[in-house]
Amino acid sequence: MVFNDTGYSIKTTTGKLTYGNRFDHILARLGYKRSKHSVEPGLYAIGTPAQDSPVFVSASYTLSFDALRSALSGTDAYILVLDTKGINVWCAAGKGTFGTDELVHRIESTGLKNIITHRTLIVPQLGATGISAHKVRTRSGFRVEYGPVHASDLPEYMKTRKATPGMRRVRFTLRDRITLIPVELFFVPLPFIIAVVIISLLGGLMTAAAVVTAILAGIVLFPILLPWIPTKDFSTKGFIIGALSAFPFAIWAFNTTHDASLLLRYGSALVYMLAMPSITAFFALNFTGSTTFTSVTGVRREIYAHVPTMASMLVTALTLVVVLVILRYGGM
Amino acid sequence: MFNSYTENTLEYDEKLCINCRMCSTVCPHGVFSGGADKARLVNKKSCMECGACQLNCPTGAITVESGVGCAYAMMWSALTGKKEVTCGCDDDAGSCCAPTTTQLFKSER
Repeated sequence: MVFNDTGYSIKTTTGKLTYGNRFDHILARLGYKRSKHSVEPGLYAIGTPAQDSPVFVSASYTLSFDALRSALSGTDAYILVLDTKGINVWCAAGKGTFGTDELVHRIESTGLKNIITHRTLIVPQLGATGISAHKVRTRSGFRVEYGPVHASDLPEYMKTRKATPGMRRVRFTLRDRITLIPVELFFVPLPFIIAVVIISLLGGLMTAAAVVTAILAGIVLFPILLPWIPTKDFSTKGFIIGALSAFPFAIWAFNTTHDASLLLRYGSALVYMLAMPSITAFFALNFTGSTTFTSVTGVRREIYAHVPTMASMLVTALTLVVVLVILRYGGM
Repeated sequence: MFNSYTENTLEYDEKLCINCRMCSTVCPHGVFSGGADKARLVNKKSCMECGACQLNCPTGAITVESGVGCAYAMMWSALTGKKEVTCGCDDDAGSCCAPTTTQLFKSER
């Protein structure tokens, strides 16, 4: 930490990522101690910035801050880190912690006006969900300039201070979707894990395998296949993937009950065809929260359109299990 | 029933536009395009209701009911009748609303 002649504290950083940083990124991607990947808020100097050097605004999340500083490697600049409680720029902006109030407060508390002579801040574009540029100007005198979505485009952007249309767009590539899988997997809700254990005790290994398959179809297979599954709704996409993964189990159930009546054999197969797609669809629907394009209105409509179907499919499957057990062992 | 995303709450009043180009700058999905003297709403169906355009429109020409589309939070509020929590970002790293159990329990505070 250095103190300049104005008496305000400026922390120093570099554009170089250490092995420690990269290890921290892996843990963050795995969802390990999710809120612990944070950077201390405040003003940072990278290189040897002068009074006219650019100021970049970032979030107090290691992945955000490190993406910015590695993109700025070799340049002299200031980084103003807002207190977003260890959350990335876009999510924090949606919550309002990466917001107008915090930015104005951080400009004041760091004494930025005494450190630089210009009055421009380069804010990541996705921060616009929490920051109101004209309000920041009125309240602090600083002009907000929205830079590209990705920090990696900054070197190109800084040549002209103009973003190409491509730099302004958010995408959701296969790589992005795969990156999300570990974090989603590590946070499979506890009730589901308990349910799997109980089911395997009650219904045997194959039943437990079916439940695990249905969950994995929703959490692993679904994000990968997302753009290629027909229909727009995530729930219906989930029903499709779920039905496809349930099919082998249904056939297995039909074949292993060959000594029973045909009604019972079809009934056993139907249990898998009802239960598994409803579980997969539920996880698929929840993936909307991780995407970069689903709207609140759409998700709400999806919930009302499909969650009742999921629930009734599951209830029907469970009822069918009870009926089938009575039919088979009840001596009827 | 196969497309719940045909409608959204984005509204644009062209009469109020002063052509500052903020909306087309901040939109991550190219919903607005900078026109000759007014911004043009060119791709309304791609709007994800993030609210960036509304927040950065100095004349209030754009309105949208923004929010984090977290299905868990919405279902939880529908079941309990409690106000919708924005999302579980307190515990969250990469994505905004990865399903977490703690998120559900924490929202009860």
